Amino acid sequence: MLSRTADHLYWMARYTERAENTVRMLDVSYRMSLLSGTNGGDTDSWSAILDISELSEAFARTGRPLTARDVIEFVALDRDNLSSVWNCLRAARENAHAVRGTLTAEMWETTNATWLEIRDMTPEKLQGMDLGEFFEWVKFRSHLLRGVTFGTMLHDDAFKFVRLGTYLERADNTARLLDVKYHSLLPRADGLTSSTDFYQWGALLRSVSAFETYRHVYRDVITPYKVAELLILNHAMPRSLHACVDAINDILGDIANLHSAEAARQAGELHATLHYGRMDDIFAAGLHPWLERFLVRINRLGDSIGEHFLVPVAA
Amino acid sequence: MSAEHDMTAAKPYDEMHAADGTVRAHYQPYADWLERTAHECIARKRKEADLAFHRVGITFNVYGAEGGKERLIPFDLLPRIIPGDEWRGLEAGLRQRVRALNAFLADIYHEREILRAGRIPAAQVLDNAQFRPEMQGVDVPGGLYAMIAGIDLVRAAGADGKGEYYVLEDNLRVPSGVSYLLENRKMMMRLFPDLFSRYDVHPVEHYPDLLLETLRAVAPAGVLDPTAVLLTPGAFNSAYFEHSFLAQQMGIELVEGQDLFVKDDTVFMRTTQGPKRVDVIYRRLDDDFLDPEVFRPDSMLGVPGLMSAYRAGRVTLANAVGTGVADDKSIYPYVPEMVRFYLGEEPILNNVPTWMLREPEDLAYTLAHLPELVVKEVHGAGGYGMLVGPAASKAEIEDFRQRILAAPEKYIAQPTLSLSTCPTFVDAGIAPRHIDLRPFVLSGGKEIRMVPGGLTRVAMKEGSLVVNSSQGGGTKDTWVVG
Repeated sequence: MLSRTADHLYWMARYTERAENTVRMLDVSYRMSLLSGTNGGDTDSWSAILDISELSEAFARTGRPLTARDVIEFVALDRDNLSSVWNCLRAARENAHAVRGTLTAEMWETTNATWLEIRDMTPEKLQGMDLGEFFEWVKFRSHLLRGVTFGTMLHDDAFKFVRLGTYLERADNTARLLDVKYHSLLPRADGLTSSTDFYQWGALLRSVSAFETYRHVYRDVITPYKVAELLILNHAMPRSLHACVDAINDILGDIANLHSAEAARQAGELHATLHYGRMDDIFAAGLHPWLERFLVRINRLGDSIGEHFLVPVAA
Repeated sequence: MSAEHDMTAAKPYDEMHAADGTVRAHYQPYADWLERTAHECIARKRKEADLAFHRVGITFNVYGAEGGKERLIPFDLLPRIIPGDEWRGLEAGLRQRVRALNAFLADIYHEREILRAGRIPAAQVLDNAQFRPEMQGVDVPGGLYAMIAGIDLVRAAGADGKGEYYVLEDNLRVPSGVSYLLENRKMMMRLFPDLFSRYDVHPVEHYPDLLLETLRAVAPAGVLDPTAVLLTPGAFNSAYFEHSFLAQQMGIELVEGQDLFVKDDTVFMRTTQGPKRVDVIYRRLDDDFLDPEVFRPDSMLGVPGLMSAYRAGRVTLANAVGTGVADDKSIYPYVPEMVRFYLGEEPILNNVPTWMLREPEDLAYTLAHLPELVVKEVHGAGGYGMLVGPAASKAEIEDFRQRILAAPEKYIAQPTLSLSTCPTFVDAGIAPRHIDLRPFVLSGGKEIRMVPGGLTRVAMKEGSLVVNSSQGGGTKDTWVVG
């Protein structure tokens, strides 16, 4: 397939996934802010949201106060914030538009309809809405596109580039989410959690739709160690780093070309780290430095994929 | 110019109703159906069609509108119906005309016999801006230049009240609109399945198959399993929807100039598996932008080295480079002569009488009759840069007079044709609106083929004669029946 086509498909998937994960984060912080005791004014969790997406400086430049409403508006709808959900869905649709002939009719119509619906969304309109409903809507549009992609698209190379974009973005997003939350919720020395922390960790799990999964897997109280293990090493958990890297590794094997050995090597190395890694070692070295290093490696892998398969940056 | 008065009859020919108001036979089943169908139902179907077109994103980028906005082309639910025998006559005429046009192109880029025989003034051809000296002596597969031709037909009322078809212009460069033809049919079948059981409507859905066969048939000699691609200027082009639609329907890659490169006179596309050879390029890009090394050096849309590969016969361009010289409005008056010269036949389709303003006599006549005439720029297209005398204000006419006087050779004039009308759904109900017809004629291999009918364009404004979508025109589904 055309490299440019692969590039558009890959970014269509990445932007859609980013939009979904962004609202997952917003949703969880919003729900936390409704909990008694936090009084909706927990500025830490809102600044953490901005940190995750590396948006703190951009937000500061707007001069807005650090309130729930301001952060949500900025992250969800701000036209000037290129990572906002609004801009992600616009970019997803633009990428889809450029290759609509490669998409099935249902895929294009889903992406286009999502954009047409959010296009006129303003902070004023959002205020009149149930926020949770809006977050759910974004999530479900992403689910719908994914389902339509699986259910209608030929599972050929084009499909694989869509999936590659999804998993690369998801690996990045899950790692960021874990890193920031972990930072703000330093575990106590005894490894146990206070009741507030229980809600915080529970919320983190919910944000990746893994609360019930956790119960099912561990049948135990929620501990930071196990949450990290579930989201990093459990290969059966669809949003874990291990699951993402498994998928990336497989796809790179399928689409390999004469020049892609380096991308395959990087993915294989990353895969080995997760496949044979032990939680104790990760914690011993420090979770934060480990996650930071993972982010560097996953982004380097993204660069290699761009170089070997897609449209080289500034060709 | 004896036909002039007939063609501009005050009462245009109506496709559905005879002069006495009765319904023509081929519209009778539709009229019966319409009578029994509630207005609310049709209104609902109109909304449904609008929604569906928006959702599917069948849009048209309008030049000059702010930010190149995407807009829907108005789609009218009342079909234009053409009786089968009438169509078969048109079809024979279209085949003949396109054969002659291709013969003309092959001739002027080789022997130039028609010029030597004095049937067309040589200067008209050789000094024409659309004549490409780069094509001199280049052999193209099958001797075909215009594999895809869009021939615009209009129908005017004759003296006896019968409608007579005329060719308004030939489009031999990158004719567009066929995607609307196909989508309109799909939409009509979805909205009104019961109507299709009342009529034996000839199908059009196989157009992409015919087109793909045409493209493969003109591959360079010796290529057994040719790879064809569709070259688009990109997502901001007004016809981008059509480009992506056709590429998808044919299952070929939709490429931009940046996706292709030329090495050793061979064209390759950049794929995720490395370079892949390209044999046939269905290009929807004007000559000027094809190759910055030969044509416009500032073109970012083309492929450096493409012309060299093309001239070496290593890749086929469809349509060929340099077809514009045959559909130019200053060459148009000579097409009937081409039919006689190359085919030894009398033209089946009529040309509209045309005054060429580089001729002093024609110029004088035109200047004296501006309020009655249509004046067109020789190189204009898409309804831009034309004067419709009867619809223009005094000031507009005077303004145009000055433009003509400054460069008369740039203009031709024709009688203001009273284009036929077809009933059309408008806000106030159903009213006649002027229409034309663009059949798409495919030449590849031995046969010339087309799907029955074509794209019917309709001027949605009352009394307007301009059907171009860039000027607010709409479209209708076109049925050839029986």
